[in-house]
Amino acid sequence: MKPTDVQNAAYFHHVVDCQWACPAHTNVPEYIRLIAQGRYTDAYMLNRESNVFPGILGRTCDRPCEPACRRVRVDGKPVAICRLKRVAADLRGEIADRLPKIPAAKNGKRIACIGAGPASLTVANDLLPLGYQVTVFEKQDKPGGLMRSNIPAFRLPEQVLAEEIDQILNMGVDIRYNAPVHSLEALLSERFDAVFIGSGAPRGKELEIPGRRDTDRIHIGIDWLESIAFGHVDSIGERVLIIGVGNTAMDCCRSSRRLGGKDIKVMARRPREFFKASPWELEDAEEEGVEIVINYAPKSFVVEHGKLTGMIFERLEWDAGATHSRTIDEVFLPADDVILAIGQENAFPWIERNIGIQFGKWDMPVVDSTTMQSTRPGVFFGGDAAFGPKNIIWAVEHGHQAAISIHNYCEGVPVTERPAQGMNLITQKMGISEWSYSNDYNPATRQKMKHVDLVERFQKLNVEVELGFTPEQTAREVERCLNCDVQTVFTEKLCIECDACIDVCPLQCLTITRNSEEMDLRARLSAPALNLDQSLYVSAELPQTSRIMVKDEDVCVHCGLCAERCPTAAWDMQKFELVIPYAGIKACTNIPVLA
Amino acid sequence: MPSIVKPVARHPSLQKNELGLTIRDYEGSMSTLCAGCGHDSITAAIIRALWEIAMPPHMLAKMSGIGCSSKTPAYFASGAHGFNSAHGRMPAITTGAAAANRDITYIGVSGDGDSLSIGLGHMCHAIRRNVRMVYIIENNGVYGLTKGQFSASADVGSKSKRGEANQVLPIDPVTLALSIGASFVARGFSGDKERLVPILKAAFAHRGLALVDVISPCVTFNDHSGSTKSYLYTRQNELKAAEADFVPLQTEIVAAIREQGVTAVTMHDGSIVRFRSVPQEYDPTDRQKVMNYLLEKQGSGEIVTGLLFVDETISSLHEQNNTSETPLSQVPYGELCPGALELEQLQHEFK
Repeated sequence: MKPTDVQNAAYFHHVVDCQWACPAHTNVPEYIRLIAQGRYTDAYMLNRESNVFPGILGRTCDRPCEPACRRVRVDGKPVAICRLKRVAADLRGEIADRLPKIPAAKNGKRIACIGAGPASLTVANDLLPLGYQVTVFEKQDKPGGLMRSNIPAFRLPEQVLAEEIDQILNMGVDIRYNAPVHSLEALLSERFDAVFIGSGAPRGKELEIPGRRDTDRIHIGIDWLESIAFGHVDSIGERVLIIGVGNTAMDCCRSSRRLGGKDIKVMARRPREFFKASPWELEDAEEEGVEIVINYAPKSFVVEHGKLTGMIFERLEWDAGATHSRTIDEVFLPADDVILAIGQENAFPWIERNIGIQFGKWDMPVVDSTTMQSTRPGVFFGGDAAFGPKNIIWAVEHGHQAAISIHNYCEGVPVTERPAQGMNLITQKMGISEWSYSNDYNPATRQKMKHVDLVERFQKLNVEVELGFTPEQTAREVERCLNCDVQTVFTEKLCIECDACIDVCPLQCLTITRNSEEMDLRARLSAPALNLDQSLYVSAELPQTSRIMVKDEDVCVHCGLCAERCPTAAWDMQKFELVIPYAGIKACTNIPVLA
Repeated sequence: MPSIVKPVARHPSLQKNELGLTIRDYEGSMSTLCAGCGHDSITAAIIRALWEIAMPPHMLAKMSGIGCSSKTPAYFASGAHGFNSAHGRMPAITTGAAAANRDITYIGVSGDGDSLSIGLGHMCHAIRRNVRMVYIIENNGVYGLTKGQFSASADVGSKSKRGEANQVLPIDPVTLALSIGASFVARGFSGDKERLVPILKAAFAHRGLALVDVISPCVTFNDHSGSTKSYLYTRQNELKAAEADFVPLQTEIVAAIREQGVTAVTMHDGSIVRFRSVPQEYDPTDRQKVMNYLLEKQGSGEIVTGLLFVDETISSLHEQNNTSETPLSQVPYGELCPGALELEQLQHEFK
């Protein structure tokens, strides 16, 4: 293998599993250390830099970081990253003076954003400090998009939502409520310098089976949730069937529970391991007495004398991979209401097809995944509008990237010319056995989030279920973080091949051996990795024997013992900081590795 | 030095030996030796050998004297017995322990100061008695604990850290042991565990005293350019003479072992040591030839390593003294000590 190029920011970035998995590349280990030090405001601001909505995401994020967390591979359960984010948001101090300053003199460029959801708000957040004037068109009378309409208040309190949205609106967004855009062509004629479309994926999928149109007690999940959010719906029948088993279904069944539903069933076609819902959302729903029924395929609605009485399902038997099914029999389940939560679609009836915006497969706009630009220069997409339903954190990242593109576009720079990521690497050695981070491995188990008592939580629709971590829980959970950003950095010319690092490494990450190609090398490691997703860190030839030092990054707990026991400081623990470019930043600073 | 505790987290693919123990179960407390000390690598090799031969920790006794080397038994097999004796007395104490309880496996870890200076006499007599033990000399040519004076194994011309050259002839534990009838003699290098581990495994299978001299660079006082026991010097001057493959009894049938070895020695428990890369005319069972070879190479400044000599026929301490098969520690007190009357009668016979 060739020696690893550690000057490339992507190498060490990949070692930080959580940050690598996060679409916005939030610097997780650093903000967890800040929380550990009680610096909640600093932790919040660090979060805000990349993910813009730490309070909202600390409650609702899809958490791609957590399954990626190295702690899963070491002791089975990830660090409760998301819940720690909430701790920072809940306990932070005043931040008004730390938000970006908005110049009084504008740069004369006007940007239109369609939809006041997370993608558009991120675009505004990134562009307003550069002197842009941003106009947001929102069809509702409140901002937030799907964050408001589809996430129930018992998961995301109104106050948290409003506070973080207001941080951006107060930067001087020209927001137009009750202003649905009916024609993009008309909007374009208003001579904005660029247009960003962050209108979401607002159409719930239909289930056209017999009886669908014979009653008004069949609801589309996301529309129904929106009606609750805006106060148009406040009750439901006692017997509710939810069709579908994604996260929207979880929100629907739990909302039903609060609006009068007693016997609530979530109906799934396939076995549990194929569910789309996050495992924690399934757990939360079951805790509230919702029944999850597997292997039931909807066949028809039963409507008698104009009144919905229930549904007929086919009971299925699946093969091992759940690709083929066989119908066992048919079953009737009674119901007063049925909620369809089987997915969302995009719909752009308001975009004319002759204005240079190409539509491709499934009638989706053709959008460049790096620049977020459509086929019409100056028109950008982001969030669910760009590539179909994803999640909030992806919408934020789309917003950041679109903001870079919009800035380039307005400055006459090609949108493809994007500032590169940079990195800083700084040694953490403070003295003998002294490191500037908490390098002791803490074997504590993942802290369990405490919930409001069942009776109490059903009293009102907006009682937040999760109580947040106690100070004790926070103190324990922060110590579970392995500080994966504190990197083991190797300087081969200093190595005397004494084996001290290899002998002391508690997870057998290190090997000195002869070089060969990767798979052969992997087989000869001290302990071959089960997860091949993490790289091998391969040195150049060592001075004494011409062998190479190989570090398998997979389960390194970043305890620093290799550096601690190295007599020549060939190993050092250095904190890696990914420098992420945002709109208006020409180039990232890059402190190179060692001398 | 490090006050850091070794993390309890373990590699997910860590394997277990036939006792169900992982290699980490053979660890001891955290080393307090200098970072980069060769002794720590030898400790790691011992840990690996113990794990691979599936030594039950409670059937092992770790013996030592005084010195950097003699601290190391604390760093492996924390479940084993141990005795940290007075300076140089480790072989004597081990002889006594082995006499009293022959069921226990003994590993003595000593250094060039402990064994070649103050304890030289004890070492020689333990070798003569062929006490069943693994006798490791962690040999770095200096007194590390007292700031780097030359030890009895320092080569003539080898320089101290301050630059002065040693003028006194060294004691070579390998040729010394051969000359007084040792039954198992090996030399290893702490920087080459791939070859040290099989030597240690063979040493554990040996029926008498297995002397293993290990070149173990002192990073603090003897790893500089004038040293003849530095990592670099050892690597440049090492002559890998008699590489040993240790073949345990149980794997003999299932594992296909290369047959290219010139010599195979069957140990008393049925396991086999196979030699490969052996120089022509070299016979690891012929004391005379081995001695000649070593002296010749010594003259040309080469450090010969490997499992250099094995003789499984020499009688051990227990055979020489015709002791009871039952460990003395398990013989009932009444039998061990027949009483004052018996003694009086015995003494009467000599009057």
